[in-house]
Amino acid sequence: MDAIDILITVAVVIAGFAVWLLSTAVFIWGERRIVAKMQSRIGPNRLGPFGMLQTVADGAKLFFKEDIRPVGIDPVVYFAAPAVSAIVALLTIAVIPFGGTFTVGEREIALQIWDPEIGMLWILAMSSVAVYGITLGGWSSGSKYSLLGGVRSTAQMISYELALGLGLAAVFVWNGTLQSSEIVAAQSRLLDLGPISVPAWNIVPQLPAFVLFFIAAVAEAERPPFDLPEGEGELVGGFNTEYSGAKFAMFFLAEFMAVITMSAITVTLFLGGPSGPLFGLDGTFAGALLGFVYFAIKVFAFMFVFVWLRGTLPRLKYNRLMDLGWKVLLPVGLVWVLATAAIVVAQDALARTDLLRTVFLVAAVLIAIVLVLPLFDRRRPAEPAADEPGDAPKPDTMTDLRRVVDERTPDRVTVES
Amino acid sequence: MTGVLAQASPDGVVGSSAEFWMFCLAAVLALGTGFSVVVLRNAVHAALMLVINFFAIALLYALLEAQFLAVVQIIVYAGAIMVLFLFVLMLLGIDSETRFSDRVRGQRTAAVLLGLALLFVLVGAAAGPFLDADAICPVQGGAGDLCVGLEAANADGNVAGVGRLLYTTYMWPFEVTSALLVIAALGAMVLGKRRGDEDVTDLPVAQDDETEPAPEPAGELVAAGEEEQP
Repeated sequence: MDAIDILITVAVVIAGFAVWLLSTAVFIWGERRIVAKMQSRIGPNRLGPFGMLQTVADGAKLFFKEDIRPVGIDPVVYFAAPAVSAIVALLTIAVIPFGGTFTVGEREIALQIWDPEIGMLWILAMSSVAVYGITLGGWSSGSKYSLLGGVRSTAQMISYELALGLGLAAVFVWNGTLQSSEIVAAQSRLLDLGPISVPAWNIVPQLPAFVLFFIAAVAEAERPPFDLPEGEGELVGGFNTEYSGAKFAMFFLAEFMAVITMSAITVTLFLGGPSGPLFGLDGTFAGALLGFVYFAIKVFAFMFVFVWLRGTLPRLKYNRLMDLGWKVLLPVGLVWVLATAAIVVAQDALARTDLLRTVFLVAAVLIAIVLVLPLFDRRRPAEPAADEPGDAPKPDTMTDLRRVVDERTPDRVTVES
Repeated sequence: MTGVLAQASPDGVVGSSAEFWMFCLAAVLALGTGFSVVVLRNAVHAALMLVINFFAIALLYALLEAQFLAVVQIIVYAGAIMVLFLFVLMLLGIDSETRFSDRVRGQRTAAVLLGLALLFVLVGAAAGPFLDADAICPVQGGAGDLCVGLEAANADGNVAGVGRLLYTTYMWPFEVTSALLVIAALGAMVLGKRRGDEDVTDLPVAQDDETEPAPEPAGELVAAGEEEQP
């Protein structure tokens, strides 16, 4: 490793962080504009073309605001928590390939900061450390609302980390690797389906894992409808109630970066990352940039879904959130990982015409299903009966409420611009 | 991909200065934070020091080119176990600087004695092979040889190496350990449910328990829970 290698590494690192920070700024603006459109509002439109510079103005405002120091805080932890959040949000992106590979002289340069063998486990590690920023921020503020927000976020993130991990595990088993560059390479092949050929994206064979992972990703990023840790209707502002100025900005940045990171991970795992038709530009800088363009388009599509969810869905009740995580996503994830593993081994056994192994495998899966099924069976008849006393009045209340709201609102809400 | 440190020292056997200094950093950090865990009076601060301690140990694993172990150390200990610890500390509000008296008589003496015993066992296990000149590396077999099996062990990659060992040679201990953990978790649930039934009823969570049966995964548990319900 000589000086030029180090320079290249530094350049890639700077490029990566610049891309992520810039897209965070764009995303904050884009979310406000899109949600405004969905709610028949206009959104920020004063600063720059289409209000694009609004984020810059807000950032500047936040950083020059008075830094309020509440009375009941735990000083060291209070100052460390936003830093932990922001640092972890930035570190997570390190293993995601954000563009193609190109060759300069004898050096092959990948638009990826770090490509370790443990690959996507790094993301799991960072997302589990990200809990600390929020939890500690909530605890150290010395306020009940903050503490409740912190406690909620801890429980939520631990619960959904399981589903997140199972979604990842299914892809690991399917592609046989943890390394992000290899997962992308496995998906950049083309599958011949008669007249057309389609990219071998994991989203097709791993659709359940994709759904599982994306729901868990929304919950990990603590975005609506899973934004209970900062439910402003219940907890003032949640874990960040007592924060202001630059420290609040760090939490804010971390939250929006989490959306981009989660979108980027989803794209890497299930939609082929930066792969796409390169038109013979393989190995050139233009080809690498083209890969970046593909990556950006896919990631922006998922970021739009995040905004869409926020504009569409109401916040979940806390017990529903936990039910979804533990009673739906976790069993589905376990079963799917088992099924994926069985399919992978069965393919291997069939390829070697190893009949004995295939028979054993099928028998093992059947036994596992027979053993596990009663556990699900017992729950099913009990649930509707149990739901009746508690949940039955709710639909009525909701319909009543809707009727009242419908009666009192004019047919069309018009906004004058 | 080999570790950063292997790149810094091409031979990968004799520690380079970078590796040495990283080791010093990690060791000082681990010892310092470990000491703070015992000394600090604020329970949450102590727990946070333990988290930093886990990171220092993960760094040590990474220095030994055990990437997988390092990242699992962070995911499992720092990410799951300590978060649960903090969760309980926050819920119970043991963040004030309280001094606990001994719950069990002679607890401290026993802790010191057992701690010393563990220290001797660990030091013996770690340093034992180096005490006898003939036995520095039993795998390599030569007197005075350093262990250089790392590259062979990591030939297919660190993750595959760990996975193969775990599911072949150490299959039985691995499964026994996981069974032990499941039993411990189930036991905690059973004990917790028995004791908590009377005084938790005013919490909103308890209302959910009344309306729908708790989703215990195992048959014995449901039986144990049903006994309690009037």
